[in-house]
Amino acid sequence: MLEVRQLSKSFGGVRAVDGVSFSVRAGSVHSVIGPNGAGKTTLFNLVSGVDTPSAGEVLLDGRSTAGLGPDALARLGMSRTFQNVQLCMNMSARENVMLGAHLRTDSTLLAGLLGRTRGADQALRDEAAQLMEQVGVGRYADAHTTQLPFGALKRLEIARSLAGRPRLLLLDEPAAGLNETETHEITELIRSIAASGITVVLVEHDMKMVMNISDHILVLDYGKKLAEGTAEEVRKNPQVIAAYLGSD
Amino acid sequence: MKGLVRPSQLVALAILLLLPFAMRNNFMMDVAVRVLLAAVAAVGLNLLMGFAGQVSIGHAAFIALGAYGSGIATSRFGWPPVLALVAAAAGASVVAWLIAKPILRLKGHSLTMATLGLGVIANIVLINEVAWTGGPDGMPVPPLQAGGLALTSVGQWYALAAAVLVLAIAGSLNLYDSPAGRALRGLNGSEVAARVMGVDVASFKVRAFVLSAFLAAVSGSLTAHYLSFVSPSMASFTHSVELATMVVLGGMASTYGAVLGAVVLTVLPQLLGGLQGYEMMLFGLILMLTMIFLPKGLVPSLEDRLRRGVRGADDA
Amino acid sequence: MADFMQFLFAGLTTGAIYALAALGFAIIYNGSGVINFAQGDFLMLGGMTCSAILGMHVPFALAAALAVAITVVIGLLLYWLAVKPAGETSVVSLIIITIGASIFIQGVVQIVLGKNQHTLPSFSGDTALHILGAYVLPQSFWVLGVASLLVVACAVFFRFTLIGKAMLAVAANRLAAQAVGIPAKLVLLLAFGLSALLGAVAGVVAAPITTTSYDLGLMLGMKGFVAATLGGLGSGLGAVVGGLLVGVLEAMMAGYVSSAYKDAVPFVMIIVILLVMPRGLFGAKSAERV
Repeated sequence: MLEVRQLSKSFGGVRAVDGVSFSVRAGSVHSVIGPNGAGKTTLFNLVSGVDTPSAGEVLLDGRSTAGLGPDALARLGMSRTFQNVQLCMNMSARENVMLGAHLRTDSTLLAGLLGRTRGADQALRDEAAQLMEQVGVGRYADAHTTQLPFGALKRLEIARSLAGRPRLLLLDEPAAGLNETETHEITELIRSIAASGITVVLVEHDMKMVMNISDHILVLDYGKKLAEGTAEEVRKNPQVIAAYLGSD
Repeated sequence: MKGLVRPSQLVALAILLLLPFAMRNNFMMDVAVRVLLAAVAAVGLNLLMGFAGQVSIGHAAFIALGAYGSGIATSRFGWPPVLALVAAAAGASVVAWLIAKPILRLKGHSLTMATLGLGVIANIVLINEVAWTGGPDGMPVPPLQAGGLALTSVGQWYALAAAVLVLAIAGSLNLYDSPAGRALRGLNGSEVAARVMGVDVASFKVRAFVLSAFLAAVSGSLTAHYLSFVSPSMASFTHSVELATMVVLGGMASTYGAVLGAVVLTVLPQLLGGLQGYEMMLFGLILMLTMIFLPKGLVPSLEDRLRRGVRGADDA
Repeated sequence: MADFMQFLFAGLTTGAIYALAALGFAIIYNGSGVINFAQGDFLMLGGMTCSAILGMHVPFALAAALAVAITVVIGLLLYWLAVKPAGETSVVSLIIITIGASIFIQGVVQIVLGKNQHTLPSFSGDTALHILGAYVLPQSFWVLGVASLLVVACAVFFRFTLIGKAMLAVAANRLAAQAVGIPAKLVLLLAFGLSALLGAVAGVVAAPITTTSYDLGLMLGMKGFVAATLGGLGSGLGAVVGGLLVGVLEAMMAGYVSSAYKDAVPFVMIIVILLVMPRGLFGAKSAERV
């Protein structure tokens, strides 16, 4: 479904991502790991259209995504969450989730002004509450985003992405800042998302989680691909152990 | 077509209907009409500043465009006023659209500076193109009339202005709770997040800009006929700031906040016996103090306090 | 040719003033990321207060010094009372706060000193000098001279003094600077003070030529911003080059096309620049981290 070819990104003299290639099969859970500064988030930004590559290309369903911004990619079924949570703190929790469904709504100004979207909005409100329940923040259905603890915000972001009914979901460090119980809950959540048919790619530091749910793992170091394979293969790879796992 | 009417709208309607009976003289009615017309523009600017978070300190330019559009069309070309009003509002919207597409690519202070520039250019043009605009002294405007019926009394104007404001409020409230409204408010909260959800941020910013310009122009056109006069000071920087202050003070993103802001900033000078040059100082002070102590503005802060009060009672 | 030289000198003179305003913008922007909408008002305050104090029969040098001092204090107060309390607030809030401050200052001056134009006597008389076919007022040379001096002084300050380098450090990375013990808030306070100083001196030197009134700050600030943006926000050299360019272009417009529309030039420029060259001539590239 997703294919990355020789992707590179330089910031000034720094090669954040250097000639990375990999492919993600539809319906799988694919993880990207690596030490801090290995270029994982930059890679995500390139794939999700937030940043433009210096070289290489990204193919979604066989077609190049060059020049497509995040909104265009959203229309093609891609969605993502952010490491330090990008939520609209000026809106309520539920409204954030409802925003996720933007592409499925009548978002014309005229319809909004005339109040023609009231009916659809009511259904959307209910759907948003359901999604919030699904990700485990159901109790905040009527709360404002500023009232939610960090762990809940992370899950709210996932609910928002799900509202868009994506085919491909990129999760940027979903477990960052979460305690053991919360991490376990997120792991289960990701598992259920994958089970529903959504292709998941995640960037993570939490090794246990990664080993647990990934079908395929990509290891980055200094912007380059160090290794890739199943959890077993990666765990045993001496280079990976040396660069990353060994220091754990 | 509009669906159910919100309770708040019924209250607002009641207030508008009952207010004239509380007015003791024509002077107060005159102030009321000015408040209503200003509120229309404020509600419009709120869509741009409050919802979408794009600060404009040049919107008086659109009020003036509407005013002069109507003024020139009716007094120099003899157009029927209603047609002139529609044309002026449409014209202002087109101008806004043309300007918005490039300008809204800017962010933050750059955008605000560009809007300031806009206002200044409008002012300069209005002052200098004397043949069209009557120059710095302005130009008289014939009264508003349609099909032989002319609006001349304050009472009639009150009714018209109130009706227009009611429509504007209804539209704004509807928009707030709609997908388009959420897209606007979302891009204010986090542009990146909005984009990732598929919102064409650039397009929505332009739409907000054009809509706010449209409402400003309508307000301007009506004001021109009400005052029977237009002058370049309608596009002055002070006027733009006054409009922005109404939105900021009343509460960004709050429709009723914008209305309250219009009320306060139009009535206050009257209460102080005319500001006589104190306006700048006052606006400046209000802007600073509001943003430092009550950054959300009056109405949302009030709503927050009420909400906390209710919750406090529940917890107790 | 004589005409051209005339316009050129006029343009360079006003350009030098814009350059100083632009430099002030750059310094504050560099330190705090804030665009100080009240920057132009510092220039206005310099000229206006000097004029007012002169009216109290105070010798010129003292009046000028007092005017600059008062403006600097106002600049410090602006940071301390308006910008600092806002804390880490949104861009929108900061924009509105500095706009509010600018308007407030203008309003107070309007009340205290009236709506009229004020002027200062030229420093060395009004006999125009004949240079390269143009008639140039001696005050122009004062403006150019003082501006050059200030620009050089700034360059020296930032490159060679500890405080100057501390300011650059805070501009580059506030957290890191604080981590090595640089008091960021104090540095920002100084940035505002320095900006006010530049503005006030520019205002005093320029007043004999441009005359001054309470709303001068608005136009001047805008044009200073145009200059700063043209040069590349944050670049000192850019501010100066930008200022001179704006001044000269404006003078050419006034001379060759239409005097009435000369004020429109910077505004059209700003819109064009922001679209075509948002980073300006010398501006640094920046990447937004998500």
